Amino acid sequence: MDVGKVTRRRFLVRAALPTIAAGVGIGSPRLCALAQAAASVSVLPASGPGPMPVTLNVNGRAHELRIEPRVTLLDALRERLALTGTKKGCDQGTCGACTVLVDGRRVNACLTLAVMVQRKAITTIEGLADGDQLHPMQAAFLAHDGFQCGYCTPGQILSAVALLAEKRATDEASVREWMSGNICRCGAYPNIVAAVRSVAGQPS
Amino acid sequence: MSGLVGAPVDRVDGRLKVTGAAKYSAEIALPGLVYGVMVLSTTASGTSQVDADAARRAPGVIAVMTPQNAPRVDSGGNGAGDRTLMVLQDEVVRYDRQPVAVVVADTFERATDAAAMVRVRYAAAPAVTRFDAAAEYKPASGGRDVDKHKGDAAAALAQAAVKVDGTYIVPVEHHNPMEPHATVAQWDGDQLTVYESTQGVINARRTLAQTFGIPTASVRVVSKFIGGGFGGKGSVWPHAVLAAMAAKLVNRPVKIVLSRPQMFGSVGFRPQTVQRVALGAGSDGRLSAIIHETSAQTSVFDEFMAGTGAISAVLYGTPNLTITHRLRRLNTSTPTFMRAPGEACGSFALESAMDELAYATGIDPVELRLRNDTQVDADGKPFSSRALREALRQGAERFGWSRRDPRPRSMRDGRLLVGMGVAAASYPTHRSAASALVRVNADGTALVQSSGVDIGTGAYTVFTQIAAEQLGLPVEQVRIELGDSAFPAAPNAGGSQLTASAGSAIKLAALDARAKLLALARGDASALIGGAAAIAALMRTGGVETIEGRSDAKPGDDAQKYAMHSFGAQFAEVRVDPDLGTVRVVRFVNAFGAGRILNEKTARSQYIGGAVWGIGMALLEHTRYDERSGRIMTANLAEYLVPVNADVPAIEPIIIPEDDPHVNEIGVKGIGEIGIVGAAAAIANAVYHATGKRVRDLPITPEKLLA
Ligand code: FES
Ligand code: FES
Repeated sequence: MDVGKVTRRRFLVRAALPTIAAGVGIGSPRLCALAQAAASVSVLPASGPGPMPVTLNVNGRAHELRIEPRVTLLDALRERLALTGTKKGCDQGTCGACTVLVDGRRVNACLTLAVMVQRKAITTIEGLADGDQLHPMQAAFLAHDGFQCGYCTPGQILSAVALLAEKRATDEASVREWMSGNICRCGAYPNIVAAVRSVAGQPS
Repeated sequence: MSGLVGAPVDRVDGRLKVTGAAKYSAEIALPGLVYGVMVLSTTASGTSQVDADAARRAPGVIAVMTPQNAPRVDSGGNGAGDRTLMVLQDEVVRYDRQPVAVVVADTFERATDAAAMVRVRYAAAPAVTRFDAAAEYKPASGGRDVDKHKGDAAAALAQAAVKVDGTYIVPVEHHNPMEPHATVAQWDGDQLTVYESTQGVINARRTLAQTFGIPTASVRVVSKFIGGGFGGKGSVWPHAVLAAMAAKLVNRPVKIVLSRPQMFGSVGFRPQTVQRVALGAGSDGRLSAIIHETSAQTSVFDEFMAGTGAISAVLYGTPNLTITHRLRRLNTSTPTFMRAPGEACGSFALESAMDELAYATGIDPVELRLRNDTQVDADGKPFSSRALREALRQGAERFGWSRRDPRPRSMRDGRLLVGMGVAAASYPTHRSAASALVRVNADGTALVQSSGVDIGTGAYTVFTQIAAEQLGLPVEQVRIELGDSAFPAAPNAGGSQLTASAGSAIKLAALDARAKLLALARGDASALIGGAAAIAALMRTGGVETIEGRSDAKPGDDAQKYAMHSFGAQFAEVRVDPDLGTVRVVRFVNAFGAGRILNEKTARSQYIGGAVWGIGMALLEHTRYDERSGRIMTANLAEYLVPVNADVPAIEPIIIPEDDPHVNEIGVKGIGEIGIVGAAAAIANAVYHATGKRVRDLPITPEKLLA
C-alpha cells in the first residue's frame, strides 16, 4: 500500500470494512467510534496508516509502543502489552467485557483507539489490587460468587468501581440498571448486584 | 475434616479471575505467534471462487489459505459434526458463514484488513432456507433411543375426558458465551499443541488427531480457563482445524479468535424445534395419554438430534405414551448441544401443556403435577431418588403460591398485570469413565490432576474439596490442575456429567493415596490427623518423597436397575404492561433435588444461571434468518438479545437435600443443565396467568401479546 495516497476517507472506509463485511451495517458503534477518532485525529498532524509511536499510561506505568493508529486500546492492551485481563467479548461495543477506566471514567476499550487515550490514565483489572491486597470490589465479587466462567468479570468489576464513583448506585434497581452495559452470559447478575451493593454499604 | 464437602467455600480459582490473571486460550503468548482471520461465506448454498491476490499483497500478510493450498484433512466418521470439519477441502458452500478462506498476517489488524480484501464469487445453488419447506425424515441414528411407544396413546387421547393438544415452537438460539471461540495452534514436527476454548480436551484431542491423521499421542490440547461454553464448546469446530492447518502452512503458531458475528457461523446452535404435545386426562387430572412429537432441524450434511421428547417419559406417569423425533435438513451449519439440549425445549412444550391441562380441568397447576407424580419411568424402572414432590412443595411455599388467584388477568399491581407460573423440571444423571491422579508431596500438601475442564461450574473448587476431604487437608493445602489432555482422562464438561465422572475418580484416587499413607502409618489413622504437617512427618519417617493415588472410575450397573435424574420445580412471577405488551420477570424461585451438593455457593450460582437462561429463552433469544437467502440477520449482541442485569430479578434457589447411593461414588447428579429446564415454561405460564394469552412460540415478545 502506498502510504502517500491514502486519504483519510479511504483509511476510514478500509478500517471499517471488516466490521461491515462481518455483518454489522453502517452506523455500527465501531464505525462511529472510528469516525470520531478520525475527527479528533484530524486536528493533529496526519498519522498512519503505518505504525507510529504511541505512549500509553496503564496502571501508573508508561508504555512506549509502535502501532498503527487503527489499533484499538483493547488490542493494544491484550496483544501488545500482554495485559490480557481486559477481555474481548464482541469488539463492537455491545458487551462491556472490555471495560477499562480512562481518567476514572468507564469506557469500552474496543471502541477506543489507543492513539486517542495517550496522556490519559488508564486503569485495567491488573491495576486494581494493591499488591496482594484485593480491591474491595474484587473481594466482594469473590465473596458473593459474582461470576462463574470469569470472562465478563474484569469488565464487571471496573464498571462497578466506576459506578460507585458516579454515585448512581443508590438501590438495587439502580445498580441493575447501571450495570446493564456489562453482559454476563453465565447469569451471575444477582450475585454481581449483591457484591456491588455490599461495597456500596447497602444491605441486600 | 468432615463437613468440608458441601461447604460454601469461595472458588479456588476466584482470585485469578477477579485479578485478570486467569489465562483464556486467546491469551496464550507463544514466540512467533501470527494471526489468522477467517473469511466466511455470504451465501447459504453454492460454490465459491476465491480471489485472494489483493489480500496476498497486503502489508503483513504471510499466507492466504484457500481450498487450493489448504493442507488435506479427513475427519472421517459419520458422527454429528464430522463433516463440518472438512474445511477448505472443496469449493462447496453449504451454509451461511462457512469458512472459505483464512488470512494469516503478523498482526490482528492487518489480518482483519486483508481478510476484507479477499474477493469471493459464488455460483449459487438452491438452498433449503425455510423450516416448513424442508422434508421431514426419521433419523437413522439417535432417534431410536429416544422414541417411545407404550400402550395406545392415540386411542387413549380420543377417549379422554379432558384433552389439550398444542404445537410449541422454540426458535434457533445461539450460545453466545462471553468468550468467543479461540484456538492457538502450534506444530513441533509432527506434534500438535492446541490451546483451545473447549469443554473437553480429551474429546478435542481425539477429533484433531483423527482429522489430521496422526496418533492421539501426537496431539496435546490445553483448556485451562474457558469463558463459558453451554454446550457450544463441546465439539471441535472448523476454526480449530483451520488454525492447525494454517500453523502447518506457515510453519509458525497461529491464533484464530472468532469475532462476535462469526460466532453465529460454524460453532453450532440450538436447532429450531416444532413440537406437538397432546395430553389426555380424566376429570381428576390423572393423565391417560401423552403424545410428544418433535420435528427439529439439522444441516444438509451432518445429523444432530437432541432427545427433545425424552422428558415426557420421566416427569409423569401415564399408561399410554408416544414420543417421536423427526428431522429436517436445512442449509445451515450443524446444530449442537446447548444447555439442557432436549430437555430445555421439551419441557417448554410439556410444561406449557400441563398448564393448559390445569386450566382445562380446573385443578391447581401444582396439585395437577403432584397427582401425576410417578415412582417409575416409562420403562417401569424405579427412580434412584426423585425429589419432584418435595421441590414443588418447598418451592410453592417459598414462592407464596397460595396467594395466587388462578383466574387469568385477575391479579394487578397498579396498571400492570401480575402473573404467577409454575413448571416442573428433570434432567438425566450422566456419567462416563474417568481417571484421576492425587499426588501427596513431601511437604504433606497434595496435587490433583484431571483433564476435566472448569467451564465456570466450579470444578476447580469442588474437586479440590473432594480431595481435601479424603486426605484430611484444608483446601489451601491442595493444589489442582485441570484442562490438559496430558492429565488423566475425563469426559467433556457437558451433559452435567463432569463432576459425577471426574469427581468420583478424584475421590477414588484420593482414597488410594490415603490407603498408601495409612499403610505407611501401619494402619494408625491418627497419624493422618493434623493436615500437611502430620502427613509430611509421616512421609519423612517412612522415607518417601511422594505418594501417588490413581483411579479409573467407571459407571456401575446401578444405571441398569434405576432411572437416574435430577428433579426440580420452577416458579416465576411476571408483570405485564397491558398497553405495551412488555414482560418483566420480577421474582423467581427454583427448587432442585440433585443429589449431594458439593459446594452450596457454586451450586446456587448454577441454578441462578439456569434461571437467567430461562428468562432469555422465554422472552429474548431468537436467531433470525432471511428466509430468501438463508443468511442470519441477528449476528451480534445488539440484535441477538441475551438477558442483561436489568432483566434479571432476585432468584432464590432452594437446595433439596438428597442422599442417593446409586448414582456414583460421590452421590452427585449434576446441576448445570436442570436450572433451565422448565424455566421458560414457568414464565410462559405466568404470562398466561397475567394476560389470558397462551404464547406457544418463543420468545414471548410484545407483538405476540398485543396481537
Ligand atoms: S468487547 Fe468491547 S463492548 Fe464487547
Ligand atoms: S461469569 Fe461467565 S460471562 Fe460472566
